[in-house]
Amino acid sequence: MGEFIGKPIKRREDNRFLKGKGRYTDDIKLPGMTFAAFVRSPYAHARINKIQTGPAAKSDGVLAIYTGEDVGNYGVPCGWQVNFKNGDTMKEPPHPLLAVGKARHVGENVAVVIAESLQQARDAAELVEVDYDELPAVTNPKKAVEEGAPLVHDDAPRNMVFDWEIGNPKNEVDDAMKNADHMTRLTFRNQRLAPNAIETRTYLANYDINDDKWTLYTSTQNPHLIRLLMCAFVLGIPEHKVRVISQDVGGGFGSKIYHYTEEALLTWATKELGRPVKWTADRSEAFMTDAHGRDYDTTAEMGFDSKGKIVALRVHSEANLGAYLSTFSTACPTYLHGTLAQGCYTTPLIHIDVTGVFTNTNPVDAYRGAGRPEMTYILEHLMDTAALEMKIDPAELRFRNFIPAFDGVEQPGYQTQVALQYDSGDYKATLERALEMAGYKDLRAQQKASRENGQLLGIGLSTYIEGCGIAPSAVVGSLGARAGLYEVGHVRVQPTGKVTVFTGTHSHGQGHETSFAQFVADRLGIPIDDVDIVHGDTNEVAFGMGTYGSRSLAVGGSAIVKSVDKIIEKGARIAAHKLEAAVEDLNYSDGKWTVKGTDKSISFGDVSLTAYVPHDYPAGEEPGLDFSSFYDPVNFTFPFGAHIAVVEVDKETGKVDLKRFIACDDVGNVINPMIVDGQIHGGVAQGVGQALLEGVEYDENGQMITGSYMDYAMPRADDLPFFETDRKVTPCPHNPLGVKGAGEAGAIGSTPAVSNAVMDALSPFGVKDIQMPLTPEKVWRAMNEG
Amino acid sequence: MEISITVNGRSYTREVAPMRTLVEFLREDLDLTGTHIGCDTTSCGACTVTLDGRAVKSCTVLAVQADGGEVTTIEGLSENGTMHPIQQAFKENHGLQCGFCTPGMVMVAADILKNNPHPTEEEIRHGLEGNFCRCTGYHNIVKSIQHASEALN
Repeated sequence: MGEFIGKPIKRREDNRFLKGKGRYTDDIKLPGMTFAAFVRSPYAHARINKIQTGPAAKSDGVLAIYTGEDVGNYGVPCGWQVNFKNGDTMKEPPHPLLAVGKARHVGENVAVVIAESLQQARDAAELVEVDYDELPAVTNPKKAVEEGAPLVHDDAPRNMVFDWEIGNPKNEVDDAMKNADHMTRLTFRNQRLAPNAIETRTYLANYDINDDKWTLYTSTQNPHLIRLLMCAFVLGIPEHKVRVISQDVGGGFGSKIYHYTEEALLTWATKELGRPVKWTADRSEAFMTDAHGRDYDTTAEMGFDSKGKIVALRVHSEANLGAYLSTFSTACPTYLHGTLAQGCYTTPLIHIDVTGVFTNTNPVDAYRGAGRPEMTYILEHLMDTAALEMKIDPAELRFRNFIPAFDGVEQPGYQTQVALQYDSGDYKATLERALEMAGYKDLRAQQKASRENGQLLGIGLSTYIEGCGIAPSAVVGSLGARAGLYEVGHVRVQPTGKVTVFTGTHSHGQGHETSFAQFVADRLGIPIDDVDIVHGDTNEVAFGMGTYGSRSLAVGGSAIVKSVDKIIEKGARIAAHKLEAAVEDLNYSDGKWTVKGTDKSISFGDVSLTAYVPHDYPAGEEPGLDFSSFYDPVNFTFPFGAHIAVVEVDKETGKVDLKRFIACDDVGNVINPMIVDGQIHGGVAQGVGQALLEGVEYDENGQMITGSYMDYAMPRADDLPFFETDRKVTPCPHNPLGVKGAGEAGAIGSTPAVSNAVMDALSPFGVKDIQMPLTPEKVWRAMNEG
Repeated sequence: MEISITVNGRSYTREVAPMRTLVEFLREDLDLTGTHIGCDTTSCGACTVTLDGRAVKSCTVLAVQADGGEVTTIEGLSENGTMHPIQQAFKENHGLQCGFCTPGMVMVAADILKNNPHPTEEEIRHGLEGNFCRCTGYHNIVKSIQHASEALN
């Protein structure tokens, strides 16, 4: 620990955000800029017979109109291959930039109009006439796999993308389940969610004919990945001539990871047109076309012995992937989901079975947590229900089943039944602390008393684990990932000893400019203001895989540490020369190299200057002090924690009031506790949103009926209490900072805590399960209709 | 149509189309891009500015309706680069993450505190009802406004 690590340093990026000087993509204006508006399918499934662009083309200010026929065979790829159980490759039909022949979901791009002004583009888009034949649509994944269901893609029978399993042999799990003393069985719906970053997706593409170079400004979480996918797999344009810039991004939550059709289309169109082209989604387009999250239908069973020990877990899910495969869509319900089925428990036998399904809906992909909240909801809802059925306190049931503490150093990592090896954990400690914070015993007493007064107080628990720090490349490669998931950290020491750090991760709210500077300054022993963090520009940062899966610090931070250590190592050789000492006799601390046992020293600044003015310099040593490193983690990281929700249900209206929310998380070492707390708060709010408020709904014809903020319930300030947070620290044993990642924890643990609390409140009515979101109507019906 | 508006203390006379919204006028015509657009249904509050001393959602005010009016945007809140106490409180309390809803949050906070210098937690949460934040869970926004209330009084 140094001067800055572990301190709540205020964020430097806030200065521009608070003064209205953020640099978001839609804020950029280029000379000669034009504007795009999309013509989108009003049908969930339709044959496109003819597109009449004539009248629109004559409209004021219109420069070009393109349809699928004009654009040709470009399509965006999926980044993760998941095969069928029989070894067949998953079904992966092309995802065109503009629909060709058929539209497969409401909101799919059918044509694009480019005009001098946004209003002109939108007006002209209204004039494009598309002749459609509406076709039968399917939106429900369970119905989609039935024989005779409408086919989203002709070459995907029963609309199956893949069927997949993981865990122990199914017959062993079935036998254990049969012999269990108690079995809890539930059917779930992890409903579809809209990520809803407050900044909608926005792109600005510019082609320079003289240099034959493109610049794409984009609201992405991973500029290098977008460049790679777009250049190599979509447009076939030279990667070194494309610059992707993603400066300030107004929230991502997963939805801005993926390479979207509009990004590639604008990059294609700017060259066709010879002018810059901008497009910013309006909120309706965001609801219709930003990749959604969740959407699993699940049946799950948990078997217990007479002492309440879990003996088996069996899960079958249909995962709705929408009409096309988004970049990481196939990884979410499989390798980011099934592999988390061990939870924090010693369950000896597990079988997970998932079918990925096409439907006539918008694509689904990772949304904060990505597969892990869904599994946590399944496990934790089973646990609280089983506790109620077996008349064991839900906290006690968890204590009976926890994996004993292990630090991954003295004790080995924990090998799960579902492929992963946990790095370190102490699940008991976080639950004990959460119970203490909640005043659990008193709460239960209060609940008893309030029930006698006719009040419906509920207490819900959730203990979770997540797989973060994504990811060891060879491991994910063997599981179907079509990319490595290492990270790049480049540290450039300037001649004056000031330091510029280039990271391949991306900050869209996480505060990397501050927290990354904290550990770099500490490791170098220099003032924090001497360290600047740069991200989000492929011309400045050598390479990178971006930010998702709570990976930035665990993977990106580790890459930076590697480069810092190379700088200290080289600096030592320069210092040894200047101090006329052996490298082994030097000690580096507080920003200087000192000859051990003497007061002879040389500062970091002097060594930096010497490296760039190498007059009196070690023989054979290269000038300069500048290193770039790739870091490929040896394992995932496994943060964990315990969440407790306290709710009161209004008997008359069914409204759920979230009275308290307690979270004790363990995300390993913490660089900036203020930022980590903030990440937990935001994640919890999104998890509460899933439990109580949010849900994307399509009607039977595939029309989205929750396409605006008037219909989709976002958590508001008065839906939430102050959150009570604390943490434990079990360092990650396999990365240099000992960090695990904090971005998704809140969203993973909170949903089941809240839904369990509502079920607990309703237990006097014999209600065991209501499907989320737990709206007043559903809760009222459950109480009144049984 | 020609309109004259004072924005952050400076007067502007401009020709605008009748359907130009105030937020478009600020962002496109005056290059004041600190005011953001987050929705199309007057729900999210990212575009909140003050017009003649009252907080308004500038996506739902036509520029012509603001003719002759006085507008303050987030850019006008700090003076000579020094943050207003509300901005300072947001920084001190980590009341922002991605920063996109932040201008609207700060402007609505100014309105809440102008009308009620000592709001309760409940009053603050109620006052924020028309502004969405997807990052913070509102926890630190409410705290920021509580601290700003103390700092201003």
